[in-house]
Amino acid sequence: MSILIDEHTKIIVQGFTGKIGSFHAQEMIDYGSNVVGGVTPGKGGTTHLGLPVFNTVKDAVKETDAEASILFVPPSYAADSAMEAADAGIKVCVAITDGIPSHDMIKVKRYMRRYAKSEKMTMIGPNCAGIISPGKSMLGIMPGHIYKKGNVGIVGRSGTLGYEAASQMKELDIGVSTSVGIGGDPINGSSFRDVLARFEEDPDTDIILMIGEIGGPQEVDAGKFAKENMKKPVVAYIAGLTAPKGRVMGHAGAIVSAYGESAVEKVELLKESGVTISKNPSVIGDTIKSVLKG
Amino acid sequence: MDIHEYQAKKILSDFGIGIPRGGIAYSPENAEYKAKEIGGSRWVVKAQVHSGARGKAGGIIICNDALEVARAADKLLGKKLVTNQTGPSGKIINRVYIEEASDIERELYLGLVFDRGSECIMVVASTEGGMSVEEISNKKPETIIRSKIEAAVGIQEFQAREIAFNLGIETGLISRTAEVIEGCYRAFSELDATMVEVNPLVITKDKHVLALDCKMSFDNNALFRRNDVSELRDKSQENPSEVYASDRGLNYVGLDGNIGNIINGAGLAMASMDMIKSAGGEPANFLDIGGGATPEKIVKAFKLVSSDEKVKVILVNIFAGINRCDWVAEGIVQALQTIKIDMPLVIRLAGTNVEKGNKILKESNINYIEAHSLKEAASKAVEALKKIEVK
Repeated sequence: MSILIDEHTKIIVQGFTGKIGSFHAQEMIDYGSNVVGGVTPGKGGTTHLGLPVFNTVKDAVKETDAEASILFVPPSYAADSAMEAADAGIKVCVAITDGIPSHDMIKVKRYMRRYAKSEKMTMIGPNCAGIISPGKSMLGIMPGHIYKKGNVGIVGRSGTLGYEAASQMKELDIGVSTSVGIGGDPINGSSFRDVLARFEEDPDTDIILMIGEIGGPQEVDAGKFAKENMKKPVVAYIAGLTAPKGRVMGHAGAIVSAYGESAVEKVELLKESGVTISKNPSVIGDTIKSVLKG
Repeated sequence: MDIHEYQAKKILSDFGIGIPRGGIAYSPENAEYKAKEIGGSRWVVKAQVHSGARGKAGGIIICNDALEVARAADKLLGKKLVTNQTGPSGKIINRVYIEEASDIERELYLGLVFDRGSECIMVVASTEGGMSVEEISNKKPETIIRSKIEAAVGIQEFQAREIAFNLGIETGLISRTAEVIEGCYRAFSELDATMVEVNPLVITKDKHVLALDCKMSFDNNALFRRNDVSELRDKSQENPSEVYASDRGLNYVGLDGNIGNIINGAGLAMASMDMIKSAGGEPANFLDIGGGATPEKIVKAFKLVSSDEKVKVILVNIFAGINRCDWVAEGIVQALQTIKIDMPLVIRLAGTNVEKGNKILKESNINYIEAHSLKEAASKAVEALKKIEVK
């Protein structure tokens, strides 16, 4: 098993025929993901990359039974596309788009509350690298070959720092059950805590690596959740020990504005929750190895 | 994006919130004229810079006649104001705001922000206006009132009223105060703000509710639909290197160290900075050139980082995912043909086609130090720096 996606997950691509959508759709297909079609309003009925194109997500779901979607829609339309996916019955939606206004994301999250828990879509991102269950399926933009199949669940905000961790692990022959990028925005579809809860339930995941950064309360919340509700060990690295207060560090959400949001404070609070800390980014792989050995 | 006090007050006034009479001035003569135009017998001359804590830094001067106003403007205009928020270099004062002085009975705090925990808009208020919100939470946390607003339906009158009552506002001014709170909420929500702070909100002796000072910040990601907000940007208040970077699609934050960084991805950039620190060095900047790491972006990044006089060593750390290391290496070689770098350069490539990438770098005639891991990159950069310092 794995979380969120596996080799059977039927995937559609929203913003399918655009340059970026086409490129990454092809990468996902090459990786072995079960991509069944895509959506570009106005191009319904045509074929792209050998797959059907639909005008609406509802049409796509009806014709293909798609359960997952990935968004490559420009920021000004992305919130609308996410709500369209939720309404069409998509179960997992990954928003790659960087630059969605925070007010729009609040609207999306409020909109999704209309669905009962069993019908509710899980949104991952925005501003993220997506999801990969190595050897099974990739619903994202990461280089698939750096992930080895295994028993470590990864959840992180950053794309390239996640790649760094995965490649350190691969060198030590440590594999990944699923890696989830929750994105660098202040308001996101799924939190660290949401993803930890899924890993705790997954029989193929034995340990979880959480890659956090400065800003917001989510890492500390996730630590508390782990302490109270999880049996599996959690290892964390928090980026931004050298980041100044009050400045946005690339990710819209990476800004220290309150107590508990700096890297030093997060590390302290996570330690109190029993999370093992990787003291710097070059020993993430080694830290996991030592915890795995127990 | 931040704006000036006078711009924020204009917005508040458009949303029905009372502000003292005032006007902007660009010269001492202009300031004197404005004071006469505004009328009254006491004025406040306020330096317009993107920073709080201006009063303590000498940026706010109370004057009792129009000549004094001119002198105050002369003292401030063209100078740099250094506050505890601007850093040691300060921010240039290009205009001053002249305002009639108010007879204050009570000073309150009112702020609106995104609450990332609840994913709602949060109104924060306190009876202890005039202090910064950090100071209030340290010294008088019991005075802080918080109210969560559901963005889908907006603020309700009862919520605004409740806040007003909790602030101990006298009965006759409750609805006026509630209107001010609702107006701030509308400004926040209709203009894609990320922060609206009225501090202090005052009750004057003649029973007016006025916004005496105001700060606003806006969501950069929403500027595509907010031309009226974009127009308020004042680049003179921003760090020139950061303006250069943001105009070219790079994310840059200047820091105090001397090891310059060129990294792809915000998380990896922060991690590389942490690694430099852990190896005993200090990063000179945060720079995320984006996932793409195109040759054009690499050239711009080299120009930007090498133009910082503090920088003595440059560290390049690129994790090539979808784009390949060979392609990134070609970009670096091209960049170094366009721009001359007279300092040690440490390059670490990782990811797809890393061997090909390193081969291209080796076979080019660029002068650099190769590194294979994050740790090695940071320690080689610090070593290179030490060698220079010994010389």
